[in-house]
Amino acid sequence: MAVSPAAGALAFRPRRASVVLGLCAGLVALAFLASLAIGPVTIAPGRILDILAAALAGERASGAALREAVIVLDVRLPRTLLGLLVGGGIALAGAVTQGIFRNPLADPGLIGISNGAALAAAAWIVAGSHVAGYLPLALADLGLPVMAFCGALVATVALYAISTHEGRTSVVTMLFAGIAIAALAAAGTGLLVFAASDQQLRDFTFWSFGSLGGATWAKVAALLPFMALLVLISTRLPRALDALALGEAEAFHVGIDVQRAKWLAILGIAAGAGASVAVAGVIGFIGLVVPHLIRLMVGPGHRLLLPCAGLLGGALLLGADVVARTVVSPAELPLGVVTAGFGAPFFLWLLLRKRAALMG
Amino acid sequence: MYCAHDIGFSAGGRHLLEAASVAVRPGTVTVLIGPNGAGKSTLFKLMAGERRPQRGQVTLDGIDLAGLRPAQLARLRAVLPQSVHVAFPFTVAEVVGIGAARGRDLPARIGRALARVELGALASQNYELLSGGEKQRVQLARALVQLEASEGPGYLLLDEPTASLDLAQQLLVLRLMRDLAAEGAGILAVLHDLNLAAMVADEIVALKQGRVAVRGTPEQVLTQACIADLYGVDVRVGWAPPTPFLLPQAASRA
Repeated sequence: MAVSPAAGALAFRPRRASVVLGLCAGLVALAFLASLAIGPVTIAPGRILDILAAALAGERASGAALREAVIVLDVRLPRTLLGLLVGGGIALAGAVTQGIFRNPLADPGLIGISNGAALAAAAWIVAGSHVAGYLPLALADLGLPVMAFCGALVATVALYAISTHEGRTSVVTMLFAGIAIAALAAAGTGLLVFAASDQQLRDFTFWSFGSLGGATWAKVAALLPFMALLVLISTRLPRALDALALGEAEAFHVGIDVQRAKWLAILGIAAGAGASVAVAGVIGFIGLVVPHLIRLMVGPGHRLLLPCAGLLGGALLLGADVVARTVVSPAELPLGVVTAGFGAPFFLWLLLRKRAALMG
Repeated sequence: MYCAHDIGFSAGGRHLLEAASVAVRPGTVTVLIGPNGAGKSTLFKLMAGERRPQRGQVTLDGIDLAGLRPAQLARLRAVLPQSVHVAFPFTVAEVVGIGAARGRDLPARIGRALARVELGALASQNYELLSGGEKQRVQLARALVQLEASEGPGYLLLDEPTASLDLAQQLLVLRLMRDLAAEGAGILAVLHDLNLAAMVADEIVALKQGRVAVRGTPEQVLTQACIADLYGVDVRVGWAPPTPFLLPQAASRA
């Protein structure tokens, strides 16, 4: 990127900013409708809006309308909301991770955070089944996301502690430590699989494919508090993350409480990465690619980057889910296969582009 | 007044500072000089509030820095660090606006600060594509935006502000420091170039081995005897009214 073409866009590229924010919101609306409309039974968007309006007004459908209402409200709507939350959460957590590590390559899926969450989730599936029987049903649903959150939290704190020395985060150390944490978590997960019973193995395998298939309203409810925490935290962070781009000492100079910002960010990352892993397994590349795309469009300022990344992440994951459940219908592709299938080539293209820029 | 009182600081078993005191008055320029390893950077970091002194205290208009939150401190003083790498492709204008309170007039304030460092034309450039000297001046503009919004007189701490600048830009920065002091700000700068220090300083504080060796006006500090004591070299000190100047060409080991 050489000279920004917009002459009047002195400080914050204001006009393009609102356009991109509107574009992202539009994409979310489009993906939302598509996700509700597309499936074994195609339902016209107009009908979907009628059904949603009726449900909001508290009217009960009957007769022929009942079938479509059930498909939309009980099957597709929870899945769609789950996809929005998971995709938005992953992208937002990715953007925050990159901001706090001061590195555009930091992604919870790449540097071991999601694997930490996956290990804890696996531990819940294997060991938690003994506990879950004694818990009320609502708490049992929360067990998986809570455990995944804790796993992500431990991994993030460990990663930060290892890669940061006297306020400087070393990229090389971060990547190596991330690889080591991911490998360690994978080994732990493998050990759990080894020790699992046949039923647990089935549960675990089903979960690790990463799918929105088992979406229920209970899962949406279990995910909601974590995503709410992440969104709440992300509204407090833009100024701190912008300032941290200059360095930790410089952020302090301009008035940022750096330690507080770091802990808030780590909490948010763990909530987003952990809860999304709990629902949909390790989904790669959304957290890496989406913030990068937004930076290309509106620049790196976090005030716009964070909300735009959340919206675009939700829209893209919903799109990927529609692809995953239609291309080999009536079977489903694992969601991670679709996101990696699109995301990995895009990431390679980015690297090549960057290499060309670096080598002149 | 921005004061360091009897500061003591050690790290790694070495006494970096012992009983060092500095006072920066509003409307004046104070310059820290001294050989490498004399404790200038450490004292600068303690004055900026990045680190806490182990002995003594740093006060700003009578308030101990230890009792101020980062946001409160940022409204009282601005800091120009040595060199700053920015992690993401921010534009020059965005970098200058980082940390400033947002408002309708922020673009205008950014524009004024960039004009003062003669970089108005580069406002929408990618910061990372600038030269070292241009980056340094962008950071100075960022500090100016923060200083302009400060409560009270405002203090500006500059760590080697002329380090990567050419001659014309060095003079621009010195003139800017004098102008800011004339507008009422208190300026503290670490400088290696003694001739630049002589041109800009109201008071020079010379550190040696963690202690204040000598302090005073440029004429009082930049004497043949003091330079020999501080740096261990014998230089001829000339006089270019109203300030002394040093000729390194005539130097020999003391």
